[in-house]
Amino acid sequence: MADIKLAFLLQRPPYKSENPKLALTHAISYQTVEILLEDGETVTPTMCVVGEGVLGCVKDQKAMELYGITSTEMHFKSCLLVDLDVLVCKEDLDHYGISEGMLPTAEDMGADKTIQVVPYAEIQKVIESANHVLFF
Amino acid sequence: MAVLTIGIFSSLVGSMTPDFMFKLSEAALEKGHKVSIWVSGNAVGLIKNHQKHLKDYTTGEKQMTALIQKGVEICTCEACTLARGIQKPDAIEGIQWNAMHWYLAKVHAADRVLHIGGE
Repeated sequence: MADIKLAFLLQRPPYKSENPKLALTHAISYQTVEILLEDGETVTPTMCVVGEGVLGCVKDQKAMELYGITSTEMHFKSCLLVDLDVLVCKEDLDHYGISEGMLPTAEDMGADKTIQVVPYAEIQKVIESANHVLFF
Repeated sequence: MAVLTIGIFSSLVGSMTPDFMFKLSEAALEKGHKVSIWVSGNAVGLIKNHQKHLKDYTTGEKQMTALIQKGVEICTCEACTLARGIQKPDAIEGIQWNAMHWYLAKVHAADRVLHIGGE
């Protein structure tokens, strides 16, 4: 199979859990996986953010100041910069009172993509159409 | 023959999932399947050599070595491992070191993927 679709399901809060950053960095690595694949073979990840994972989708995080580490926000921005589809569950954003205006963008880095706020039904479709689902 | 790729992210001590992974890998090998294992997050403790088998703690060195000797490719996330102070000379012989795209490539090649998330 030439292209393998992966659904990354990010469901953990942004700090003091390694999972969100591992999800984001593993997904971003699709940019370099071709060096290990045959010609014409590709991996297409989609980042699906649900549950407490949406808490990482807030801009102006101060992780470097407070924890001395790169923010989860920056990792989301890097995803957008490498043209990764990032879908965030609307119902879970509403649950935590996070409005679309609070979501980070990566326009300042030159990214064309933006975070897509979608109902869970859309995320379910991505999961169902993926070859493999990776839970983080 | 099928190809099984396992990604394990949970810790050796305090989690039963490495024990499950060892048994599943052994069973898959016995049935003639090919197995690749990606070790990341807190699971990188699995690759440490000279683990002492205290009776109260799970160890994995013996099982890891046996799997490698049977042809299982086991690769550790270099960043996750170095971040925990484990250097290449500290690793069980035969462990590969690479970046996350190694896992995605093995996922690409797999008939089945078992992704065991971390804590």
